[in-house]
Amino acid sequence: MAAMVRLEGLRHSFGSGVNRRQVLQDISLCVDPGEVVLLTGPSGCGKTTLLTLIGALRQVQEGSVQVFGEELKGASRVARLKLRRRIGMIIQGHNLLRCLTAEQNVQMGADLLQGLSYRARRDRSREWLRAVGLSDHLGKLPHDLSGGQKQRVSIARALAARPQLLLADEPTASLDSRTGREVVELLKGLAKDQGCGVLMVTHDPRILDVADRLVQMEDGQLSNGAFAIE
Amino acid sequence: MLGRIWQGRRIPLAWLLLTRQPVRLAVALAGIAFAGILMFMQLGFRDGLFDASVTIHRLFDTDLVLISPRSSSSVSMAGFPRRRLVQAMADPDVEGVTPVHWNLLLWRNPDTKATRSILTLGFEPADPLFTDPSLAPKAKLLQDRGRVLFDELSRPEFGPVAEWFRGGRTVESEINGKKVRVAGLVGLGTSFGADGNLLTSQETYLQLLPNTPPGSIEVGLIRLRAGADADAVVERLKRDLPDDVSVLTKAGFIAFEQNYWRSSTSIGFIFTLGAAMGFVVGCVIVYQILYSDVSDHLPEYATLMAMGYRLPTLLGVVAREGMLLAVFGYLPAYAAGQALYLLVRNATQLPVSMNLTRALTVFIMILVMCMGSATLAMRRLGDADPAEIF
Repeated sequence: MAAMVRLEGLRHSFGSGVNRRQVLQDISLCVDPGEVVLLTGPSGCGKTTLLTLIGALRQVQEGSVQVFGEELKGASRVARLKLRRRIGMIIQGHNLLRCLTAEQNVQMGADLLQGLSYRARRDRSREWLRAVGLSDHLGKLPHDLSGGQKQRVSIARALAARPQLLLADEPTASLDSRTGREVVELLKGLAKDQGCGVLMVTHDPRILDVADRLVQMEDGQLSNGAFAIE
Repeated sequence: MLGRIWQGRRIPLAWLLLTRQPVRLAVALAGIAFAGILMFMQLGFRDGLFDASVTIHRLFDTDLVLISPRSSSSVSMAGFPRRRLVQAMADPDVEGVTPVHWNLLLWRNPDTKATRSILTLGFEPADPLFTDPSLAPKAKLLQDRGRVLFDELSRPEFGPVAEWFRGGRTVESEINGKKVRVAGLVGLGTSFGADGNLLTSQETYLQLLPNTPPGSIEVGLIRLRAGADADAVVERLKRDLPDDVSVLTKAGFIAFEQNYWRSSTSIGFIFTLGAAMGFVVGCVIVYQILYSDVSDHLPEYATLMAMGYRLPTLLGVVAREGMLLAVFGYLPAYAAGQALYLLVRNATQLPVSMNLTRALTVFIMILVMCMGSATLAMRRLGDADPAEIF
């Protein structure tokens, strides 16, 4: 099966001249469909930069990034934008729209789907909110939700857009162990049932066991290649 | 088709952004409404004043008007040979003419004996002058020498003429030092140039102003046959008559007067400037509101871009916010404008009222104001970097 994400010799740096700082050095990594890959490492080691590159949010400088078989190096804005619609992103800061209710926030994700009626998109949003355990909070504004609830709304929003690849940055950070577990199981189920690729950055030792593969990163390099834990 | 559009609808982000921040929305609407009211008032005053300058002009029963090219406005009408009017009669489309004398004369207030300029029109009482049919029977009263018809809508400074007359008193006064008697009252209205009006016969007029050159009049009214092409007659008369007269349509005569007040006085400039200031104030307020709105939501916009929303979609959100602000700011401005016009009409007798042109003008100004501000605020969206969201 073709890899969903294939990185080869990826390098990235910020700044220029004396201030130039290499954050990624020669990274090679694959994520297959249906595979859950966990990325761990100390903060500041370049994990987030890696996610933004795979998420087509940043221009690739050197090396190759292929997502769904498409080369991102040198890809146009429009091509990257189209690609982003197929990628779900779960962000630590969640960035929910403050003026929208939980349900409407999730529907902003569902609204990206073409050819679905308003009602279908709304039902889809409600379903995903139910799946993350928030069916009682549909009409609440982010303001009235706890940090963990907001995080779950953000997860539902990413999933409602029917992504083929999920990039998650500390999805369980603000969740208690039980809901954190549920959310991770949900993502895992999604990977298994729908062949969705999942790349998750985490520090949470409680969830390491869901990973098909655990990747460690240090100083912009994958420290010990990739090893499988079975 | 409609059903499909309805089913294809998205979350109304612009609407929700505005309405879920009621305080900010209220401030924005108040600002826009204020700007709108300011524009309504200034433009209303301006048009009202211009309208007021042609109160008399509108009353004439005429299709074309001859005046001297040396006339600059109703307060300085020059004479031209009455013969020209007779020559105009030669045109097959001309049905009738009325020669009119027109000047500002000094009227003595019969009560206080103070004098004041009053617009006096002298005409042949048998000739039609105004479209108002109630004038003809009164004009007969002017056939006696030294009789005048007094405009009861004249300013009170001319004396309690109307009250006295209605009270059955014989009202006599002096014009240019010659004795006249009020034979009746008419309702014409004041204008810029004239605080009051007086009608009299040609004969009396020439007595009051004995120095008038013989055969000279200030205004010539020309009535055309029904169905005649006024513009074509104007062209013919311009060609046939010597250039010591100007040939105007009635609308041209009105425009001539308004143009004087527009271009030769600062009224137009002052009120247009006032309206422009309202526009600028509104722009600043709307820009402030939209700019801070975009700034406040920048991370959220970046997230939407990361999710795959296109920049034009987001620009559309800001544009729709501007549009909504324009519409909802205009409504209270319109209502307040109507109310203030009523107030002004009652307080000043100025013919200030809402008309479609002004209602549209102000709406378009507000729309331009809001959309312009929205366009400027959109530049802030360029700062939304989806790479910064993680």
